[in-house]
Amino acid sequence: MSEDKINNRENVTKSPKTLLNVSNISISFFQYSKGLKKIVLHVVKELYLDVGEGEIVAVLGSSGSGKSLLAHAILGILPGNSLLEGEMKYNGKILDQKLKEELRGDEIALIPQSVDFLDPLMKIGDQIIGDVTDDKKEGKKREMTKIFKNYNLREDIADLYPFQLSGGMTRRVLFSTSMIINPKLVVADEPTPGLDEKPIEETLNYLKTMANEGRGIILITHDIQTAVKVADKVVIFYSGYVIEVNRTENFSGNGNKLLHPYTRALYKALPQNGFKLFEGSQPMNMDKEDKCIYYDRCRQSIEKCSHSNPDLVEIDGMKVRCYVVEKSYEI
Amino acid sequence: MSFDKERFKSPYSFLFGNMNLRTKTLLIISLVGFVLLAIAINSFFINVDNITTNFAIKNSQPSLQHPFGTDWMGRDMFSRTIKGLGLSIVIGGLASILSAIIAVFLGLSSTLGRYFDHAVNSMTDLFLSIPHILLIILVSISLGGGISGIVVGISLTHWIPLTRVLRAEIKQINTSTYVKLSKNFGRTKLWIAKNHLLPLLIPQIVVGTILVFPHAIMHEASVTFLGFGLSPHEPAIGIILAESMKYLSNGSWWLAFFPGLSLLIIVLLFDLIGDNLQKLLDPTQANE
Amino acid sequence: MFMAELKANNISFKYNGTNEWILKDLSISLKDSQVKGLIGESGGGKSTLCKILAGYEDYFEGEVKIDDLNTNSSKINPVQLIFQHPEKTMNPKWKMKRSLDESWEVSDDILEKFGIKENWLNRWSNELSGGELQKFSIIRALNPKTKFLIADEITTMLDAVTQVQIWKLLLSIAKKRKIGILVVSHDKELVHEVCDEIAHLNDINHV
Repeated sequence: MSEDKINNRENVTKSPKTLLNVSNISISFFQYSKGLKKIVLHVVKELYLDVGEGEIVAVLGSSGSGKSLLAHAILGILPGNSLLEGEMKYNGKILDQKLKEELRGDEIALIPQSVDFLDPLMKIGDQIIGDVTDDKKEGKKREMTKIFKNYNLREDIADLYPFQLSGGMTRRVLFSTSMIINPKLVVADEPTPGLDEKPIEETLNYLKTMANEGRGIILITHDIQTAVKVADKVVIFYSGYVIEVNRTENFSGNGNKLLHPYTRALYKALPQNGFKLFEGSQPMNMDKEDKCIYYDRCRQSIEKCSHSNPDLVEIDGMKVRCYVVEKSYEI
Repeated sequence: MSFDKERFKSPYSFLFGNMNLRTKTLLIISLVGFVLLAIAINSFFINVDNITTNFAIKNSQPSLQHPFGTDWMGRDMFSRTIKGLGLSIVIGGLASILSAIIAVFLGLSSTLGRYFDHAVNSMTDLFLSIPHILLIILVSISLGGGISGIVVGISLTHWIPLTRVLRAEIKQINTSTYVKLSKNFGRTKLWIAKNHLLPLLIPQIVVGTILVFPHAIMHEASVTFLGFGLSPHEPAIGIILAESMKYLSNGSWWLAFFPGLSLLIIVLLFDLIGDNLQKLLDPTQANE
Repeated sequence: MFMAELKANNISFKYNGTNEWILKDLSISLKDSQVKGLIGESGGGKSTLCKILAGYEDYFEGEVKIDDLNTNSSKINPVQLIFQHPEKTMNPKWKMKRSLDESWEVSDDILEKFGIKENWLNRWSNELSGGELQKFSIIRALNPKTKFLIADEITTMLDAVTQVQIWKLLLSIAKKRKIGILVVSHDKELVHEVCDEIAHLNDINHV
């Protein structure tokens, strides 16, 4: 595919103003193997991601595929033995550790996946308001009351401790802590694990409302159904690589509009779509990519797949990392 | 954005080059361990009777021949100090090992049942409420003083922190899902203690034991200094320091200065080993 | 040939020091070879019930018993619980081989069926993905003495492809060994797909 063709297509599918632009990010970890030898684990590789204002981007991957690290990388809270390479831009400015620390808790907010992120010894209200000077406190308090109303929380919850909340309330409190700072970009890390339909519905509605207010949302999840319900586009992770970026509406019918064979497998494995069995497992932390990462499980591979890993290429505004799909579109 | 590569460099890189943290930590531990061992072994070969009395050079200032000076009987203070430090290390070693044994015993018995747990808990509270020094002096005197008295006295007062750590740790491991699962697979309490608990506790025990060392040494020296510990004819640092008091007013500063400084350095070295071991064994720091 | 049945009669449970019943007069039974689904809202006591059935919870009212099992003197609980988070069920200082051995000597054909690669056995639990770990914890629970499995949201944290792999295998093995499975899940579609019979917690729990 030639350069200007790609450019044309980009113009066609032009999304609203880009908020976050992640290009070619890699995350690796240092670990001691035996004795004094240090090994490097490449956990996330060549990651590209764009999030626009008012857009919900779902990042879909199984546990261990590196998707949570993406959230930590954006917020600048990766652990000490990790290394982040590549470039991130926020509103056109390069997002380095210093800017991340400035924006974290200001323009970028994290909705964490569990209660563990709340301080068990601190009242809910104090945690939501955070560490502010006295003159700002009143304003924040008013803001909190408003947010509580939006999330159907009683006002007196502010005086409770985390252990006194039910699961549903805790989730809404976690949302409140991120909304008090009025963020432009929200990263939600598995906000719906093991929930029933009703609370999932509720959580997703909150995310939708946030997006309608013009915020950019990254929804990190392993649950394809959750992703499809709210997202504008879905980014699929496999073994640390993005293998496909597709529009949400393509996750429908018999899944023919999905590009990568793994994405189709995921879709068809859902109970309502046939509960179809696909063998094999996702390789973790591979060092050498001398073949396509999906080669061992793929049923449609061609000769080329056995000796090089494909790049992520753009096709009709979607992206895919697969030689077979590439070939079929070139014809 | 060539990101944060700087973060991986340690501030001591001029000293250790590009060594990774684990190599560095091991190097520090073995160097310090070597120094301590050398002192202990050397002191063993210094015979007190060979530290000759020579009144011709009594109270001489530090010189090349006598780096730590000589005392009022003309004895070489360097030899006396090394001998004293050796004794301190031996006493510290015995006391830490003994207190670790007490701690492991109490820690494990606290899991036997609610009453055992209560008993251990009240015992720690009781011992915490009595000042260390007082208890050491009491035990030491009632056992007739000497090395055994002081070792028992120190051991009986220094098992508390490790016992508390172990008790908390055991409680936590015992509530973990994998221990409950183990019971469901029909494993006995003893099997679980041996296979699940002990391997997870060993790092705590090792670090806890090493960290008792400096306390033990300091306490031994101070009790001896006060005259309740080792008898005056023992070549202990506490004795040396006590004697030096009489001559300090004459301007013989080296009699107190060098032995005191050496004692401090030994204590700091043990602390260094303890901290570095902790770094090595603590999983949260292990990969940095 | 015998029929075994796991029976829980009039189970009531509340947390120590509270007055609110989580479970009240709940009765449920599970026959061998039966795959029974249990659905209900989160916070409704599903996980508590699982723990009671598998003997993880000592303080409750009512009784849990197994009928007609040729009671051998085995110390291994014939009711095994599989958890939602397998990483919590592995000793972090053990390699996977040792974790398996704690339960039983796993045969090679089971490992192969689950797609467990030889070198995984020598890894620590933090070097495996959630899906791989869950496969290990299921194999471990499939001790030859196991008669009933309580599967508490075992594929909730996994991707759809791994979910299918795990359930298809588990169902075929359970059928062969006449193991009864209680499938606890929030996912109605999944429960309908894998279960013969479905119970709703709200209907049997008289809180």
